[in-house]
Amino acid sequence: MNRRPTFLLTVLCFGFAFLYVPIVSMMVFSFNSSRLATIWGGFSTKWYGKLLENDQILAAAKLSVEIALISATLSTILGTMAGIALARFRRFRGRMMLSGMVTSPLIMPDVITGISLLIFFIMLKEYTGWPAQRGFTTVTLAHISISLTYVTTVIQSRLSQADLSIEEAAMDLGSRPWQVMKDITLPIIAPAILSGWLLAFTISLDDVVVTSFATGPGTTTLPILIWSKVKLGVTPDINALATIIVAVVAVAVLVTGIAVNRAERRRDRDARLAYQANE
Amino acid sequence: MDSGIKGAPLAAATASGAAGGAPFIRIEDVSKSFGSFQAVRNVSLQITKGEIFALLGGSGCGKTTLLRMLAGFETPTSGRIFIDGQDMTGIPAYERPVNMMFQSYALFPHMSVEKNIGYGLKHDRMTDAQRKDRVREMLDLVQLTPFAHRKPHQISGGQRQRVALARALARQPKLLLLDEPLAALDKKLREHTQFELTNIQHKTGVTFVVVTHDQEEAMILSDRMAVMDKGRVMQVGSPTDIYEFPDSRFVAGFIGSITFFEARVRSVSGATALVEVPAMQTCVTARAVPGLAEGALVTLALRPEKITLSRARPEAANAFSGVVHDLGYFGKDSLYKIALPDGTTVSVNSVNARRSGESGRVAVWEDAVWLSFEPDAAILLTA
Ligand SMILES: Nc1ncnc2c1ncn2[C@@H]1O[C@H](COP(=O)(O)OP(=O)(O)OP(=O)(O)O)[C@@H](O)[C@H]1O
Ligand SMILES: [Mg+2]
Repeated sequence: MNRRPTFLLTVLCFGFAFLYVPIVSMMVFSFNSSRLATIWGGFSTKWYGKLLENDQILAAAKLSVEIALISATLSTILGTMAGIALARFRRFRGRMMLSGMVTSPLIMPDVITGISLLIFFIMLKEYTGWPAQRGFTTVTLAHISISLTYVTTVIQSRLSQADLSIEEAAMDLGSRPWQVMKDITLPIIAPAILSGWLLAFTISLDDVVVTSFATGPGTTTLPILIWSKVKLGVTPDINALATIIVAVVAVAVLVTGIAVNRAERRRDRDARLAYQANE
Repeated sequence: MDSGIKGAPLAAATASGAAGGAPFIRIEDVSKSFGSFQAVRNVSLQITKGEIFALLGGSGCGKTTLLRMLAGFETPTSGRIFIDGQDMTGIPAYERPVNMMFQSYALFPHMSVEKNIGYGLKHDRMTDAQRKDRVREMLDLVQLTPFAHRKPHQISGGQRQRVALARALARQPKLLLLDEPLAALDKKLREHTQFELTNIQHKTGVTFVVVTHDQEEAMILSDRMAVMDKGRVMQVGSPTDIYEFPDSRFVAGFIGSITFFEARVRSVSGATALVEVPAMQTCVTARAVPGLAEGALVTLALRPEKITLSRARPEAANAFSGVVHDLGYFGKDSLYKIALPDGTTVSVNSVNARRSGESGRVAVWEDAVWLSFEPDAAILLTA
């Protein structure tokens, strides 16, 4: 009885150490005043200052955020529609296949996705002349294609928990299907849409592999830039940049996570209480 | 019932085909299959305007499916449904002059009570003031005015049930469908609400079709009812018809308690028939029913409250004897289980008219007793 918690605790500590020691050491070394990435030379914030003067990094950051905003929004719209179709229209022809096709990219290696997208873009250009050059557009499309899966899954699972009869009730009261969608379905899945968007945003923001296949000259996203810099050796300014990214993502995920969780829980409780007749 | 407010545009558009005594709802030979499973089989029903019609049957007999076909959520595999003379084939739920009160109530969790009730009205052509009036009127009808601004999770189960009712009535449907409206309420609240439902139906004059698996509820609520079994309608009639004149063993056994005896027809003369009942070791007279043939095997059914118990042999024509096997005291009456010589057990209800202790009982355990009944009280069943 006594050995077990100790054992579990040890495993847990190892796991967390494995996950967070690299990140924490990176954060610590971003405040290193020495130029050498692995030798501590005293505390300094000079690398953060240097970052702000580096136009290349600022441009890449702006590009990454732009791509993430656009691709997250579009894939949320498409993914919501797909999720609703999969969860609600019970028996349409090809439902099983579509459902399998939507989720299989979850386990597809990024390299394969990247190569296939690259081939697709090349062929597309061959036959239609568009997109003339790989860059912003192709990267955005690639990001939509990888995050769509996640959004669809999130929406679908939220909807499959919801009671179908309240949508029927709305239709019974005279609402056409699109009105039911607007008045009932969308408000109920709003938290799921928000978390789907957030997921898509972070996926787009930190993707390297697929992006490196889809991008072209002159379109360097932040993760790509970092990766190419690191190939020349880890410098403290990269540590500083990474620390900022980690901080921003952590805060964003935490804040929206808490908000979504709270809204979701309140909504669930509302729904549950509304359905059970006896209090 | 309300002045100045236009009915639903749909209601106005529908030609009022049903004049006079023509049925308001006509269900013509409707069947519904899910894959190879037949949930509803060849159901034909006619429902009159302004009545409360109950669909009664055990679990899984197809009541909800039939109701959902009336509402437009399911399409009949074959057969047709007419509401107010209009063929409903191909008409989607949102265009039917029908509203439904769901078993789970299906209130919109993100809207207040008031918004829930007013939801259907936004599709009707009326001014905001009229809409508000209508919602207020509905709140008043179900006595929920103080709760108008609460969310569904902030009110009690009985109140939620009334919101669902008000929401379904707000658009002044021609037909209101209620799927087990009281199933989720406790006994006391249910009795109260049964009364309220009939009250509201009288006030509004809307035709109600109520689904229930509770026979008592169907008896109390409905003007007429249909008893269903395995997707089929077994009998249609008033609660009295169904209770006193069931025409099949299924219906007789489903409503109330009853004892069945095997019997053989000896002779039929006018309104009465003489049948031989081996279990009673005698011949008894009973009210004749159509389709009796001399010598045919039939079932004789007796309800517990129609049998009189006595210690001495009674004068009555239909008398037989047995031994008290068991008895239970329920305050206003006692239930006796009488064993007949061949082992059949008969249930007998006897009203405790006088106040007395155990000594005042007609009989106690192991007493030999006589049972008798009027010819009118016996039910002969050929099916
Ligand atoms: N969508 C469906 N697909 C397949 N079978 C169904 C479907 N809906 C209902 N059924 C079947 O049809 C039969 C009748 O169902 P229905 O819901 O009408 O029963 P019910 O009389 O309302 O029963 P209960 O009193 O339990 O609500 C059941 O056996 C049920 O399993
Ligand atoms: Mg049902």
